[in-house]
Amino acid sequence: MARTLQFKIYRYDPDQDKAPYMQDISVEVDDAVDRKLLDVLTKLKAKDDTLSYRRSCREGICGSDAMNINGKNGLACLTEVASLKQPVVLRPLPGLPVIRDLIVDMTQFFKQYHSIKPYLINDTPPPERERLQSPEDREELNGLYECILCACCSTSCPSFWWNPDKFVGPAGLLNAYRFIADTRDQATNARLDDLEDPYRLFRCHSIMNCVEVCPKGLNPTEAIGKIKELMVRRVV
Amino acid sequence: MVNRIVVGAHYGLKDWIVQRGTAIVMAVYTVVFLAVIGAVAPDSFDAWRGIFASGFMKFATFVFLVSLIYHVWIGMRDIWMDYVRPDGLRLLVLMATAAVLVGYAGWAVQILWRT
Repeated sequence: MARTLQFKIYRYDPDQDKAPYMQDISVEVDDAVDRKLLDVLTKLKAKDDTLSYRRSCREGICGSDAMNINGKNGLACLTEVASLKQPVVLRPLPGLPVIRDLIVDMTQFFKQYHSIKPYLINDTPPPERERLQSPEDREELNGLYECILCACCSTSCPSFWWNPDKFVGPAGLLNAYRFIADTRDQATNARLDDLEDPYRLFRCHSIMNCVEVCPKGLNPTEAIGKIKELMVRRVV
Repeated sequence: MVNRIVVGAHYGLKDWIVQRGTAIVMAVYTVVFLAVIGAVAPDSFDAWRGIFASGFMKFATFVFLVSLIYHVWIGMRDIWMDYVRPDGLRLLVLMATAAVLVGYAGWAVQILWRT
């Protein structure tokens, strides 16, 4: 069934606009075809081609089209149009510098991600084929490796808003635990040393905004809790 | 001096544990305190003083107050770290907070143990 969907979209082009503003715009949608918000954004883009947003895979794998949808961070490509209240308010991810419209500068986010050394550290000579894990050890990585680095979690975290330069943030910490939990990794102690810091880890006060918004259904708060638990086990 | 972002103070775990420990102490004391108040039902100043005359209540209340003050220290430090941006001002505010809390601790002891 065709209907008109009302939007309020954050617009800001630093080359043209003095200040950001909210644009009222509407578009005809067909609920049978336009299932996801990204489908509707594509229509909006056809109507007003100055509207800018990131997108790539359109199936919740690349994490490009993360934005603030009706006040909650999420991926446009995974958000059901039918679930949206009108007017649909679209804003860029909070807390990061806006490059243009819904596109944010994610440099700080990726700096934090890289700071946790998101790769396997193992100095022993690699075996001929691969480093093996038991199925039980591999099980621990479920709910961790699926992170797509869309930044929905970190940009919904007040601790990350206040200290994006010092607090690793939920995405970075989830990935930190992904390597701490990996039995093939040999740098567990160094990783824990690196995170034992009032800013890098302990800015997290477990308010669980990250869990609330993760489009992949992951639980960064639980991963952070496990990092803290390992630190406690190391000292008692 | 160049403005480098410096992190890596390597503390925080102890405070995180202590914050949880002190919370438990305060929760247990609250239950004990309410039970005592319920049992005694003090209706005069002397009855109130009587509650705190026993060694046990002095001990428990002192442990509660020390827990409270340590808990407040960690919580206030977290708030200052988030909201007071200039480092020099933050150090000053932290020192002032510590001074006030130490003062409160001494004052609490004086109140508890005066006859």
